[in-house]
Amino acid sequence: MKSSLAALGAGIVFGVGLGISGMAQPAKVLGFLDVFGAWDPSLMFVMGGAVIVHFALSRWIRRRERPLLDAKFHLPTATRLDKPLIIGSAVFGIGWGLGGYCPGPAIVSLGSGALSAFVFVAAMALGMAIQYLVRMPRTVSTVAERLAEPTDMPSALRASAAGGGRSSQEHAPLPDGHDVGRGLDVDGGVAVHEQ
Amino acid sequence: MNLIDSYGLSLLGGALIGLAASIVLLTHGRVAGISNLFGGLFLPGYDARFFRLWFLGGLVAAGLVLSVIHADAFSRTGVPPLAMVGAAGLLVGFGTRLGGGCTSGHGVCGLCRLSRRSVVATLTFMATAMLTVFIVRHVVGGPS
Repeated sequence: MKSSLAALGAGIVFGVGLGISGMAQPAKVLGFLDVFGAWDPSLMFVMGGAVIVHFALSRWIRRRERPLLDAKFHLPTATRLDKPLIIGSAVFGIGWGLGGYCPGPAIVSLGSGALSAFVFVAAMALGMAIQYLVRMPRTVSTVAERLAEPTDMPSALRASAAGGGRSSQEHAPLPDGHDVGRGLDVDGGVAVHEQ
Repeated sequence: MNLIDSYGLSLLGGALIGLAASIVLLTHGRVAGISNLFGGLFLPGYDARFFRLWFLGGLVAAGLVLSVIHADAFSRTGVPPLAMVGAAGLLVGFGTRLGGGCTSGHGVCGLCRLSRRSVVATLTFMATAMLTVFIVRHVVGGPS
């Protein structure tokens, strides 16, 4: 209950921040990205404001032994610069520059009823599903097996499926590519990241 | 709206984003990366599905409230054609899961953790986004 309310509250604050910052206006975002045209620099202040506040607060929060409502922190541990990181970020940037939406503002815009936001979020979900299905190796049978993968394995099972708690800094390629695009996530919501 | 107001709102909005990311870290010990939170709702192998649902529900609720009290938060004009928005969504979905984050996860939370991966990711997507807008607006001269 407390946990759900905290999540809901944080989501509302995050969403209001995105909304008033101008990030949910594709026209403004594209103006910000148009550095060779009529550049609108105001969105630099969004990242500026967010980084100043979160840099200071997160330093203080991470001194705690554990978060308030969870047994431990779930922070990313990967440090390696690899191809999926670069290629994925490059592809994301192309999409952001085409549509003017990044994931957060698009989801906030669902609440405004904008048709473009619904189209974007549906396509984004599809893009994520495609990325999940085509992670190496790209064979038909593997894709079929992925589709049949259970979605709610207990975390112990997940850890063994993802390489027995192997740290994602080690680069030995996993036979089924499980750490590509998922294990190296910034969220660390995947079992391989749990310390 | 004049430029100073626009800068002020952007700064205030950014500060709220930073505050919300800090609440998520303090209460749940997690990174407020939206592409991960969203993808983990329906892709196999992610945990904390209720947390994800409540947080993302908060984002949508904020949009609903803002569309009533501050409709300027959303563009009515200058949005690219729907086909382009759809293609953009596909690329954003694919790219953020392959690259492990978006503007929030890498651009805000990752930079604050001084993560080398997030610095590189942020520089990369900023560069390709600016290049894309340059091509669309000044080379092809297409829509918007």
